[in-house]
Amino acid sequence: MKIGQGKLSRRKLLGGAAGASAALGLHQAIPHDGLHHAVDDAFAQDGHGGGHDIHGGGGVTGHPLHAGTVGTVDPRVNKFDPQEILRDFDEGSVVNGVREWELVAEEKTIEVAPGVKYDAWAYNGRVPGPTLRAREGERLRIRFTNGGRHPHTIHFHGIHTGRMDGVPGVGAGNIAPGESTTYEFDATPFGLHLYHCHSMPLAEHIAKGLYGAFIIDPKRGRAEADELVMVMNGFDTNFDRSNEVYAVNTVAFEYFHRPVVVRRDQLVRIYLVNTLEFDLVNSFHVHANFFDYFPTGTKLEPRDFTDTVILGQGERGLLELRFPYTGRYMFHAHVSEFAELGWMGFFQVTG
Amino acid sequence: MEAATARPTRRPSWVAGAAPLAILAVAIGLFVLLDGPGLDRIGVPREELSVERTVLKPNEIQLHVRNEGADPVQVRQVIVNDGFARFTQSDDEIGRLGGSEIDVDYPWIEGQDYEVMLLTETGTTIDHQIMAATETPGADLDFYGLMALIGLYVGVIPVAIGMLWLPWVRGVDARWIRFLLAFTIGLLAFLAIEALLEGSQIATTGAQAFGGAALVWLGAATAFLALAGVDAWLRGRRASATEAADDDTRERGRAGLGYRAALLVAIGIGLHNLGEGLAIGSAYAVGSLALGATLVVGFALHNTTEGLAIVAPVARERAARLTRLALLGLIAGAPAILGAWIGASAYQPGLAALMFGIGAGAIAQVVVQIAPQIRDGAGRLLHPLAVGGLLTGLAVMYATGLLVSL
Repeated sequence: MKIGQGKLSRRKLLGGAAGASAALGLHQAIPHDGLHHAVDDAFAQDGHGGGHDIHGGGGVTGHPLHAGTVGTVDPRVNKFDPQEILRDFDEGSVVNGVREWELVAEEKTIEVAPGVKYDAWAYNGRVPGPTLRAREGERLRIRFTNGGRHPHTIHFHGIHTGRMDGVPGVGAGNIAPGESTTYEFDATPFGLHLYHCHSMPLAEHIAKGLYGAFIIDPKRGRAEADELVMVMNGFDTNFDRSNEVYAVNTVAFEYFHRPVVVRRDQLVRIYLVNTLEFDLVNSFHVHANFFDYFPTGTKLEPRDFTDTVILGQGERGLLELRFPYTGRYMFHAHVSEFAELGWMGFFQVTG
Repeated sequence: MEAATARPTRRPSWVAGAAPLAILAVAIGLFVLLDGPGLDRIGVPREELSVERTVLKPNEIQLHVRNEGADPVQVRQVIVNDGFARFTQSDDEIGRLGGSEIDVDYPWIEGQDYEVMLLTETGTTIDHQIMAATETPGADLDFYGLMALIGLYVGVIPVAIGMLWLPWVRGVDARWIRFLLAFTIGLLAFLAIEALLEGSQIATTGAQAFGGAALVWLGAATAFLALAGVDAWLRGRRASATEAADDDTRERGRAGLGYRAALLVAIGIGLHNLGEGLAIGSAYAVGSLALGATLVVGFALHNTTEGLAIVAPVARERAARLTRLALLGLIAGAPAILGAWIGASAYQPGLAALMFGIGAGAIAQVVVQIAPQIRDGAGRLLHPLAVGGLLTGLAVMYATGLLVSL
């Protein structure tokens, strides 16, 4: 987010801004306004922190007057739903002992905030791309087709040969529009990784939406949990190399308007990936709770027990927590500016 | 058939005149209907909004925007100081030259600066800065009363005081009358230049699609020509009346000449004061006007000289008619009140630019009217005394103008 530096001269102010209001009538709320009521209803459920929720914690008091976008994004417009992305793990298919996926890069206009369109580049028609999930040590094969009008690649984080690294000039290099290639390597090390396009200009190819989470489960697996994927991203809608819209899984305020529903005392595991461009850091903060933090998920012991983590570009980590109380709990970037520009949501903890 | 060839039909001449217009209308209709055949648009729509007016109420920022581009604009979200804010808007889609009122819920704080960004459907942002936020005064009776008082202070009273120089100017000899008239012209020239510059500056702040700075010059040309026309018409009437009249009426006709010049001066100054009132009213509405003694005193000095300009042409009139003089004073001063009302409640940069232009044009016409009267006995226009008067007029206005920079 860039802050405007322009100072106005007094004269300009005189001309540009003046006047008392002659009470003008005829206001019409802009469309997509159904949300306002939805949010009100959602907040009414918690009843200002009192009522049935006597344990507190969920207490968001008052009306969310000054937060949030106006309207809602209908998932049918984007043909992907951040609510589904949350728990959508793509394990591909195993053929002759090799785990395989098909990925296609395409150009697609998506709605990143209510009514605000963005010409994105997407793997398999969604931003973030599919969450690819494998087990440590498996042989992986990813067939990539470039259905866009610009050269693209897929660069996976992990340990593999240079030829399979998906960067221009090495191995298959840039994949021209209409062309295909196959990336093949072993799933190692276990942990939470990411994949993204590595064509130049790099920031643009990533910022436009060519990224996704890449999970390699340890051989012995992890404890049973309600698992969630959260890809923290942003969109530079006016091409000034700073983001206007911030989100988790693309749509601003998605989980603010439609909270993430989890169960009380259930172990919740969040696969958190930062794919933000233009801003150096992003962060995650949960209210009224603490979590075990596993940076990059490459060790089985948590490094930290905290309620806030900071992630640089391309950084990711696992969060494990349980909610001891029912109610509504906010989570957001503790970079407050990002929070108010869309990266803010709620957990709805049910009994 | 036979009848038609035998007797050539006489078409009225207007048919020949209207035919190209009709053909043009049909051509335009077809062109629009077929969506400009052969012309494909290159590139994406450009969204250009300008914020014409900002109104601040408790917990609300109200923007009046105008679309000055060729393509329709849809405002979809509003960002205030790096946070999305809830809002409503009067027009979901703003067409070319169309306007919309956008009401943003925001707990703004007195005295702080804000950056409002309008995020459109295509992701374009329109930035608007609010400096030192302060509540916009409500448009109630008290408010109009206050604006009237300001107009009275800066327009009517100073002009009236300036007119009290009349007894003095009646007493001085012809040479010094010429000096005073030259002084008046210098003063008017200053006002005209100031109006043109101010109008041009204001014009850049509004929607350029309406013409921008061209509005100032169009207004000036229109006012100049309109006043010239009125003057020519008045002279024509007087000439024909004088021909038919006896000596007595002729004498009275000549006697009115000074008042005619004074009336023109008053109109020119009145139009100028309308613009001045506009600037004051709009500055007051955004809280950038320090409503203090300095401002009022400054304007009083500045505008008192305008009163002198009105009475200078009537110096040689035999009768000082009080009602006429009062009327002249009102014509010159009262528009400041009207200007303050408009400026504070319905400010629009394009309109203000046009008004400043009209003021400048009117003054230019007045200068043309008065100029012949400063000729000396030898018929010279720029004799030393006249040049001295002109320069003094410019200097006095410059000096008093320093007191009233808004």
